[in-house]
Amino acid sequence: MFLKKTKMRKLVFTDAILEATDQLLKQDPKVLVFGLDVDDPKAIQGTTKGLPKKYGSKRIFGTPLSEDAMTGAAIGMALAGLRPIHIHIRMDFMLLAMNQLINIAAKSHYMYGGTVNIPIVIRSMIGKSWGQGAQHSQSFYSFFMHVPGLKVVAPTTPYDAKGCLIEAVKDNNPVIYIEHRILHFQKGYVPEKLYTVPAGKARITAKGKDITLVGISYMQLECLKAQKYLHTIGVEAEVIDPIWLSPLDIDTIVESVKKTGRLVVVDNDWVTCGAGSEIVSQVIEKLQGKKEVKVKRMGFAPVTCPPSPTLEQLFYPNASTIAQTSYNLIQGKESGWIPDLEENMLETEFKGPF
Amino acid sequence: MDKTKIIKFYRSIYKIRRVEEEIAKVYPSDKIKSPVHLSIGQEAVSVGVCEALAMDDVVFGSYRGHALYLAKGGNLNKMIAELYGKITGSNLGKGGSMHLIDVKAGVMGQSAVVGTTIPQAVGYAYAQKYLKSNRIVVSFFGDGAVEEGVFHESMNFATLKKLPIIFICENNYYAIHTHQTQRQSNLNIWEKAQSYGIPSERIEGNDIFKIYEKISETVKVLRRGGTGPFFFECMTYRWREHVGPNDDFHLGYRTEKEREPWVKNDQVQKLAALIDPKKRKKIETLIENEIKEAFEFAENSPFPEDFELFSDVFKEN
Repeated sequence: MFLKKTKMRKLVFTDAILEATDQLLKQDPKVLVFGLDVDDPKAIQGTTKGLPKKYGSKRIFGTPLSEDAMTGAAIGMALAGLRPIHIHIRMDFMLLAMNQLINIAAKSHYMYGGTVNIPIVIRSMIGKSWGQGAQHSQSFYSFFMHVPGLKVVAPTTPYDAKGCLIEAVKDNNPVIYIEHRILHFQKGYVPEKLYTVPAGKARITAKGKDITLVGISYMQLECLKAQKYLHTIGVEAEVIDPIWLSPLDIDTIVESVKKTGRLVVVDNDWVTCGAGSEIVSQVIEKLQGKKEVKVKRMGFAPVTCPPSPTLEQLFYPNASTIAQTSYNLIQGKESGWIPDLEENMLETEFKGPF
Repeated sequence: MDKTKIIKFYRSIYKIRRVEEEIAKVYPSDKIKSPVHLSIGQEAVSVGVCEALAMDDVVFGSYRGHALYLAKGGNLNKMIAELYGKITGSNLGKGGSMHLIDVKAGVMGQSAVVGTTIPQAVGYAYAQKYLKSNRIVVSFFGDGAVEEGVFHESMNFATLKKLPIIFICENNYYAIHTHQTQRQSNLNIWEKAQSYGIPSERIEGNDIFKIYEKISETVKVLRRGGTGPFFFECMTYRWREHVGPNDDFHLGYRTEKEREPWVKNDQVQKLAALIDPKKRKKIETLIENEIKEAFEFAENSPFPEDFELFSDVFKEN
């Protein structure tokens, strides 16, 4: 009994990150963790809690408000053989570090003829709800997918949060590791040992034959809820979590669409030039002439994210709009169907400034 | 200054000058497949600093980096081959003149975007302190870089963490064609670093001996475990155009008269005058042969094969 219990140990997402970081620090003295507020009392949502005391302020430290230079410093540390993890409490702040990430981190291995490599991990968070608004809500992963030389991962479960972080730190290349603030409250099975979730492998999170739903980052949760609503009217949706956006496991998605003939990609980002657009394009390129496919992209409304709750509600896709869109795609018309929302499946929110 | 040092300096500075003169000569043939930002006139800074460093000390530079690469001991054959875009180049033909690297010689990279390598040098220095190594890091950049935000962020962090790094600002007065007076309110760049609490000074006169002595003293302090960083603003002057092999006085943004005192103060000639002519001839002949061989090496090397386009995007785990 005891054995079974430990096997199914559950952790919240943030504790899974903390455990992964702790194990990485313990295993490899070359791993460092730094970023704004890493050593403050809130400890990045608890993900760095206790680490400064355990590993010392040379390995775990808060930084000046210098995203650009600290990213360059992470690259310099990596050039000297270290494996830094640099944390941004909101992804929006990464815009201040784009020169270092795009012009140096992504390019060094290639541009310097393979003589150096940059094993850095950039952890960052996307905000949502409680008035996060214009500059606390953005998900720039499509920017990073666009550039050769970067890996991009957006785990959605505590299991993947731990396994992907370990995989990212062990990777010899720059990895952009993206957390969604709402996913931080997810609880799930997390093994105690050190394990990796391999780069470039998607996961089928629900099996189905009628339509394929790909949910990126937080939208994976909404897709899984939409799948339940669709089930109530006899539609069996297959749900896929890409987990890694670069390298992207397009084959798993293509195989699913080959079966269902219908694809809805729900992005936690604007649609234009987004990850969803890329996924749809690749699927069409691979299946055209072989299979007739109906597609739909969903994502943020093409406006700046408003903080007002009524407007914010309209800004994001949700389980209901995803289910409706999916059903309409299957019907080939506006069906008028609206799922009966269940209280326990309503959107998770968080309160507080962070 | 003792004779052996003078000879060593001359070997380095003569080689750099002559390599770049050869690059300028070959350039119109279009065999060099890379924009070149020549250091001619500014070599004394790189040589003066690098002669004070040890082989395993590390430097980071800018796109005007030929002098730094060679002064730190970067491989000449590989440099010329890189300019030719050949597979035998320092970067396998994937970097070009603006991104020369030679890890063995401690040349850790150069960037085309102004100021970009400054924080990398700072991070490298952080790692040396963390790893308890006594290697010293030197960050080279121009007067334009101090206008970038990242310069200030880097100064702050380097001094906050007391890092073993020396900042060398090569002030040649111009960012492309725009004079410092049109870009900066305070022309004393060293004062900007000083405001962060970094011991800072200006070295006038593009004087190789002065630069060498100052950096040697600083290296001694850091090697003994003394606290960094240090900052030097080295006044110097670019003789030729911003990019390319020619003069650029026809553009009208500066005059030949402005250059005159710098040419009169040519550090290559000054060192040459201190060496016995016979001995000097010997040194020069050896270097001329080395340069000839490097260009032949580049000419005779193959271009990368097609598959190289896709290699080294990611480092395998």
